[in-house]
Amino acid sequence: MSGAEKIQAKVTEITPLNELVTRFRFERIDGGQLPTFSGGAHTVVEMQDGGITRLNPYSLMSDPFDQSSYTISVRRDDEGRGGSLFMHRQVKLGDEMTISYPVNLFSLDLRARKHLFLAGGIGITPFLAQIKQLELLHGHWELHYACRNHALASYADQLTDRHPNETHLYYDDQNQQIDLENLLSGQPLGTHVYVCGPKGMIDWVRNTAAAEGWPEDCVHYEEFLAPQPGKPFEVRLAASDKVVHVGENESLLEAIEREGVDAPYLCRGGACGQCETVVLDHDGNFVHRDHWLTDEEKASGKKIMPCVSRFEGKSLVLDR
Amino acid sequence: MSKFEFPKSIASRPVWGTLEVRPGEHHLMIAEAEGAEAILDIATPDLMAKTHLIYIPKGTDYVERLQALKPAQFYEGPSYEASLQRIRRVLEDAHMGLQVYLTGSESMMGQAMNEVMAVGLPHTAIQTEHRGSVARRMQCVHCKGITEDVEVDPFVCAHCGLNLFVRDHYSRRLAAYQGVRVDAEDHGNVPEPKGIYE
Repeated sequence: MSGAEKIQAKVTEITPLNELVTRFRFERIDGGQLPTFSGGAHTVVEMQDGGITRLNPYSLMSDPFDQSSYTISVRRDDEGRGGSLFMHRQVKLGDEMTISYPVNLFSLDLRARKHLFLAGGIGITPFLAQIKQLELLHGHWELHYACRNHALASYADQLTDRHPNETHLYYDDQNQQIDLENLLSGQPLGTHVYVCGPKGMIDWVRNTAAAEGWPEDCVHYEEFLAPQPGKPFEVRLAASDKVVHVGENESLLEAIEREGVDAPYLCRGGACGQCETVVLDHDGNFVHRDHWLTDEEKASGKKIMPCVSRFEGKSLVLDR
Repeated sequence: MSKFEFPKSIASRPVWGTLEVRPGEHHLMIAEAEGAEAILDIATPDLMAKTHLIYIPKGTDYVERLQALKPAQFYEGPSYEASLQRIRRVLEDAHMGLQVYLTGSESMMGQAMNEVMAVGLPHTAIQTEHRGSVARRMQCVHCKGITEDVEVDPFVCAHCGLNLFVRDHYSRRLAAYQGVRVDAEDHGNVPEPKGIYE
């Protein structure tokens, strides 16, 4: 079976935080302990939504050393493919769900002398776990958290209450913006910057840091891409000897799984590289959307990341 | 000619690069002896106006040519050890975006790299270029003493006096290659010393 090992869990707490964000707590059904994790890790939550199995990654925001439960915060996305709507509308207290072991693609670099966290909106969640981890290690950190307004700023009050000197808040409705150039250029040598938020924010931070001479290895970012809908297409899976129809609202990976083919995956968001698949033959154009393949690999037409990327054309044959 | 092509070796052996100018408002260059030539190769007025150059001549005569580049700050140190206080102070006060360039012997680059890594910059962000002496900084695996400027193999440990074989096994933490007793099995049977790369 592909993906990280699975855990059978029960929903033991559902806490609406504001108009858009709700927090869910999971505990093991067998009453045992959950594995510890490192700040920045996510879990993949399986949702049985009618005939569809949705597998969505959510950052773990609880204390990484607390083995009694995991918590995640889910922002409702009314325009999305339905995973967050399922969590908000269908999941009830006491429901049994399958979640994955923690996987971390956004871990702290503990060589750093200082950790600078930049969060946009719901991008705050991985930092909540990282802050708990660093507090235990007496680490040096600072958070800059930008939100639309105070009402939607999940955990902002709690953060300012517990860490008044480290927490800096910025509200769009008050025209406040992170003074990024000065913030980055003033950091002591040995600082690592971490950004989690919308794509525009991640690009802004990466570009500004590069222009100021920050080494690539000191700039960390996490962006989960949700698969985007697209035109339906057909794919031939050579190793499994199957032809699969990929619908408008499902990803290539989901279509492969629907046909019972066990394809590797971890993040399902174009970041980890686990689902990389060899293209044997194609006649048409790829719609590459991942962060994994290099530009040369994308142009070569020999690789595809089926979790987020699609295809438009006559025929596609994969080695799967 | 200050360049030397090291023969291919085991994965443990460091591979040094070639300096290139990178974007940034502040540049720290630490150069030793013929390392001055690597600085002269990349220097531009714009770059040097943003550069703090720490130079250890070790008996060479590049100082005037380096000063003529008009670095923002120039410091001439009599030895690496004597320059260390200054290097540490500069790193302590530096901000992110600082570009670090190291050039000279393997010993100096290895030790300076440790200082830069100690303040949290990843080793991948530090540029290096070997120039000049191919002598090595060696650690005796038996007494743990460091012998500097080793040019021949085998050599005598400056601390415990054992005859040591020069290995390519390198420690980034110690910035030193490993020296192992050459006559451990048959005491007194010591091969004639010759240059490390002969």
